Amino acid sequence: MLPTLGYLLLATAFLVCLYGIGASIHGVLAREERWILSARNAMLLSWPLITLSALSLIWLLLTNHFEVQFVWSVTSRSMPTYLKVTSLWGGQAGSLVLWSWLMSAFASVAALRRWDRDREFLPWVVVVVLVTLAFFLSLALFFDNPFSRFWQASNGQTLAAMFPPAGAVPLIPSDGQGLNPLLRHPGMILHPPMLYLGFVSFVIPYSFGMAALITRRSDDRWIRLTRRWTLVGWLFLSLGLVLGARWSYDVLGWGGYWGWDPVEIAAFMPWLTGTAFLHSVMIQEKRGMLKRWNMVLIILTYALVIFATFLTRSGLLSSVHAFAQSSIGPVFFVFIGGTCIISLALLLSRWDDLGGEEHLTSLLSRETLFLVNNLLFLSIVVACFWGVVFPLISQLFTGQQVTVGPPFYQRTTGPLFAGLLLLMGIAPLSAWGHTALQNLGRLILRPFLLSLVLLAVLLAVARLSDPGALLGFWLAGLVALVTLDEFWRSASARSRTHPEALPVALWNLVARDRRRYGGYVIHLGVVLMAIGIVGSQFFQQQTQGTIAQGQEIQLGPYAVRHDSISEWTTNDQRDVTRAVIAVFHGGNQVAELHPRRDYYFVAQQTMTIPGVYSTVQGDLYLILVGWEPIASNGATFKIYWNPLVNFLWCGAVVFILGTLVAAWPDPQRRRSRASAPHWSYVPAKQ
Amino acid sequence: MLPTGPMFPQSSRAARQGPAIRRQLASLFWIGFLGGWAGLLLARGHAVAFQAPAPPPTPSADQVNAVARQLYCPVCANVPLDVCPTQACEQWRAIIREELGQGWTPQQIKDYFVQAYGERVLASPPAQGLNLLVYVLPPLAFVLGAYFLYRAVHPWRRGPGQAESTPPSPPEDEYARRLEEQLRKRS
Repeated sequence: MLPTLGYLLLATAFLVCLYGIGASIHGVLAREERWILSARNAMLLSWPLITLSALSLIWLLLTNHFEVQFVWSVTSRSMPTYLKVTSLWGGQAGSLVLWSWLMSAFASVAALRRWDRDREFLPWVVVVVLVTLAFFLSLALFFDNPFSRFWQASNGQTLAAMFPPAGAVPLIPSDGQGLNPLLRHPGMILHPPMLYLGFVSFVIPYSFGMAALITRRSDDRWIRLTRRWTLVGWLFLSLGLVLGARWSYDVLGWGGYWGWDPVEIAAFMPWLTGTAFLHSVMIQEKRGMLKRWNMVLIILTYALVIFATFLTRSGLLSSVHAFAQSSIGPVFFVFIGGTCIISLALLLSRWDDLGGEEHLTSLLSRETLFLVNNLLFLSIVVACFWGVVFPLISQLFTGQQVTVGPPFYQRTTGPLFAGLLLLMGIAPLSAWGHTALQNLGRLILRPFLLSLVLLAVLLAVARLSDPGALLGFWLAGLVALVTLDEFWRSASARSRTHPEALPVALWNLVARDRRRYGGYVIHLGVVLMAIGIVGSQFFQQQTQGTIAQGQEIQLGPYAVRHDSISEWTTNDQRDVTRAVIAVFHGGNQVAELHPRRDYYFVAQQTMTIPGVYSTVQGDLYLILVGWEPIASNGATFKIYWNPLVNFLWCGAVVFILGTLVAAWPDPQRRRSRASAPHWSYVPAKQ
Repeated sequence: MLPTGPMFPQSSRAARQGPAIRRQLASLFWIGFLGGWAGLLLARGHAVAFQAPAPPPTPSADQVNAVARQLYCPVCANVPLDVCPTQACEQWRAIIREELGQGWTPQQIKDYFVQAYGERVLASPPAQGLNLLVYVLPPLAFVLGAYFLYRAVHPWRRGPGQAESTPPSPPEDEYARRLEEQLRKRS
């Protein structure tokens, strides 16, 4: 009963979307506002319908309805309740429902918040959003139905179908397969919803961009309206990427956090184009330039969002995310192709309308530096995209399978990331229009000299000699000093012109220009992350050894002693093997670690959970590789020393805080929104 | 008995020279003995210096991992061989250990795996044939982008909007004025 209800709710939502698309187009073409209002209501209605459907599925997951194929494939009786809820996105079919649910929620918020002010755009926003939503719903309805049930045919064959095949009887398995063990980590519980939130958020600016093209609005209104949406999307995408990196560090047991896996890269690419877009739109707002380029960027970001989902689902490429593969790849491919062609055709048809109001006037100006920033981001995207698709191209043309792995990405993108860091040190000091070299030199002199002092200290004290690492640390130092100097000069300038103490002046500055100072906080977060990445990439040490109880292995300043190893079986169907390891530094015990291996015997999958001793200097990361029979009590351990890696995680937190500051709504703007003029839905007849 | 008369003068001469010959023979013997011994010693020393390398000690796990890190298993999903926990990768590491034990270089081991399993075992494709495109296209895209950017800026950089923002007042005051102006615009 409940599966049927859930399915019908989903089907109704799909039909409502189709109706909304038709009603909106008809309303605009026939210039009848009531149709547009009706389309808006359809969009609003999609959310409660999909919500009820999603709740039905969650209820089925919670109550062990293993006759439902999806429930059987992702849950089992022994799983705790919270994991049963999160297993909604533990498989393909449920992920599609979650995607649609979040999409409809964002669409509803957009319609409720902007309806009075943005009536010119909204009919087309409704169309674009509902087309995207209908696409995802159609996947759940026709290709990977989360409500399909098991049936036993009269010939004994087991079938999965929504409605009973002729002569078949319901089949109810006694237990399910359980959630993929890799997905039982807190990072993975939050990682997919965060990424999805990021993905669906970017659909909103894209739909406003398309609406601007359709309605021939060549100004920056669509950008101003969606600036916060873009920031929110970017925030969630950043969170999703960071959580994914942490999950990889904690669960995959390889001592790293970013393996340049194709699916990782696929999620990273829309973040890169989104970051380029966030910088580029400022040029359009300030100077009325780059209208075409901003359209290209948002179209590209939308296409990459769908591409990321496509790559995860298609199974075209081997990936650590293979659990999400299914046969819906070709449908995605057609959708990406279709939306790209239509969007670009629309852009080309409006090409002349989108000419710039002004032009670049100097090689040394903020807008030029932002364009260089865009060039670097897009070059990274090209390298990433090329690295991801080249194995397919190679196989297609030569039949030869190749791997494009981390060395390629590190060599190709490393210099580009260094260039971005350098820009972060220069661009905040530049002015719009034109910057005199003399002024720029005067502003950068103090941070530059200080950064050289820092570099000298690194050379003298830490005895670093790797040129790549030195360059990375120097650039990070330069950006940090430039950014902090900006805060200092702004606050002290304000405290001179206003009777305010320095901290108050700083607070008021940030409160009055959150976007700018939030951006600076984000830059500081990037600096910390860069320190963590350079430290852990250039100076990671590792060793492996088999030791009996009481024996030690040395790595750098640490000695680890194997104290004991034990094995047991848990209620949630896994065999656990856990070692007890004492960590010594300078002869003193500083920690006790418990690296372990969990073998999920139903899923026949092993998870390697590291033992980690974290300090500011770095992580001692220890994994249990293997163990001998109990009699000899020997075990093999792999030990990593990841210097400065915690700067990466701290930097991520600062980065997120900065994004929150930049995206936080202005009180003044809230008031002005309330008194916005009441516009017509339908443009006046020419 | 041996004739010792003149009938056999040489013989008698030989008989006379007998002790000298014996001494020479003895000397030859000793020279031969010592030479042979020295030769044996030399030959032995030579053998010590140039004999086939003795089997090196069993390679350590770190040595195996150093090579395995550069290889990918065809059955695993983008996981380097040194960290992959599957049975297949364990066997591959055992092969690497064996080959290192036989004195193979890392490059020889990589070549062996490429020959056996194809180029996909390498972390990056070798720069030849179609694979060259992997390495050429990203820098080419960057250069093209830089060219377009330059073209976008170049015609306009001497345009009317270029005015040197030389501060008429002391630098910090100018900064404060600009900051206030920006904040006023924001408000």
